[in-house]
Amino acid sequence: MLAVQILIDGFAISALYALGALGFTLIFGVSGVLNLSHGAILVTAAMVAWYVGTDIGLGAYLGAVAGIAAGVVTAFATYFIIVRPIQRSRAIANSERELFVLTGTLLWGVMLQIGLAYVFTSTPITVQPLVSGTVNILGVSTPWNEVFIAAVSWATLGGLWLLVNRTKVGKNLLAASINPRGLTLLGVELQYVHLVAWGIYGVLAGIAGVLLGGFLGTSSAYIPALTGTAFSIVVLGGLGSVSGTVFAAYVVGYLETLTAYLVDPSWRSIPALLLLVAVLYFRPQGLLGRR
Amino acid sequence: MKRLLIIAAIVVVAFAAAPWLGVGDYIIGVLTMICFYAVFAMSWDLLFGYAGEVNFGPSFLIGLGAYGAGLADADYSLPVPVCIAIGTLAAVIGGLVLAVPALRLRGPYFGLITLVAVLLLQDAIVIFAGTTGGEIGLSVPDFISSSATVNFYYAFGLMVIAGGVLMTVANSPFGLILQAAGQDPIEAQALGFNIVKHKVAAFVLSAFFSGLAGAFLVFYLGTASVNAMVDVAVGIQVIIAAVLGGRRTIIGSVLGAAFLIGAGEILRPIGQLSGFVVAALALLVILFIPNGLLGLLHERRA
Repeated sequence: MLAVQILIDGFAISALYALGALGFTLIFGVSGVLNLSHGAILVTAAMVAWYVGTDIGLGAYLGAVAGIAAGVVTAFATYFIIVRPIQRSRAIANSERELFVLTGTLLWGVMLQIGLAYVFTSTPITVQPLVSGTVNILGVSTPWNEVFIAAVSWATLGGLWLLVNRTKVGKNLLAASINPRGLTLLGVELQYVHLVAWGIYGVLAGIAGVLLGGFLGTSSAYIPALTGTAFSIVVLGGLGSVSGTVFAAYVVGYLETLTAYLVDPSWRSIPALLLLVAVLYFRPQGLLGRR
Repeated sequence: MKRLLIIAAIVVVAFAAAPWLGVGDYIIGVLTMICFYAVFAMSWDLLFGYAGEVNFGPSFLIGLGAYGAGLADADYSLPVPVCIAIGTLAAVIGGLVLAVPALRLRGPYFGLITLVAVLLLQDAIVIFAGTTGGEIGLSVPDFISSSATVNFYYAFGLMVIAGGVLMTVANSPFGLILQAAGQDPIEAQALGFNIVKHKVAAFVLSAFFSGLAGAFLVFYLGTASVNAMVDVAVGIQVIIAAVLGGRRTIIGSVLGAAFLIGAGEILRPIGQLSGFVVAALALLVILFIPNGLLGLLHERRA
């Protein structure tokens, strides 16, 4: 019974982790940006969903829509206020841009974190789930919400796959991650591709944030750990590799669930972090990464 | 360089004279915290400014120093100087264990490993709450002095020594190789320098001063706690101080720390928003004057 429970819980949390980390890897792949305000964007979406849905009381659906919209707005704000000015600044040497993007987005994340605690609340909140009730899966009573989260996560992953592989816009994204110069030579405005990437990123982070807020609950204080988890999953799978990210999300998700059930919930994040350190030492490009 | 030395001299004289200007214990206390944060930020600048590595875990090194010293005092009642030595040693060993493999990685990977180190240390402290005091913190029975002025001079002395050593190192041939390794690792290697060895040495030096200051801080505050010494937020404060003051200057960190702590005190009435304002200011500095306050001064005159 415990084994089935671990299988089910692990599956749902892993799907959510995959969705949560996917935007991070997409932005890195397309524009080479490691966005350390990622956790803050997830929590912004969750907080807005909670505020509109529960605090104002417009219901779970309007809340979810507002949350996803907030994710998109915050993603664009991150791009236009932080990332683009650093990328274009003449005062920063090219070799040091990466350092400045890391530090800049880190500080932006801190501002969002404090801002959220101030505007909304500093106590943990739970977003009202879109579905309620439980279902019996192999003798384990499972909340419908968990099934819903896994389904939405996989549907979004599938949607992204279709977008990247079957549409012109998506193929441009892929091309930008492989050879940006080649893409500009074909007459595609790279700036436009980046803009699309940040838009998609915002939608992904918005959905992930709202689902996360309805599953585990959230708080501005969780932001650094969330960024850490997303960053770990992405690096574990191989920076920029989508299949690697999904695979690593399942490794991390199941490791955490196993630890929480079999050892102690307070040890939850430790084995995954140790695995990450070990992988980085022996295989810095990640499990499925390319050099 | 000459200009930096003049600025350094002015800063030293201004700090040393402060207790004689008839300021109260409150101001002395603020100045003491500035000295501690200046040491943390200077140690960080050696890696960020010179070696071109962004270490998100300054609080890993500070925390090891603090808890090393705190546990030696609380559990084994060793004399204070021995506790401080143990704390420093813990930070140096921890820094070495972290740096030797981590520095084989570049840029973001290195940053991530240092971030993970902080999270693991934080988890370990909470899990072994029986020994470490967990989230409440670990109070130490001993203190260095009950006089605010004496405590200030200890912190001030630490800042002067750390600043002197770090500035000397940064401007030595060693520092130049470190800069070369940060800016163009391939060329630096092609010139025959072992850049990993240089970076490890820089990391250990950074760990030494971070740990030492962390250990002193425990006996100044009377407690070792996650919130004051280990949390990611502490590391971010250190980064803010170094970035504000001006990277690749070492001495700029003192100005940055003064600004950070000073702004924190002045903005205390607006509560939690003070952190928001300070982070926003640091962000503006990054966007518009990436070389920091001191760098600005430096460029205008040069």
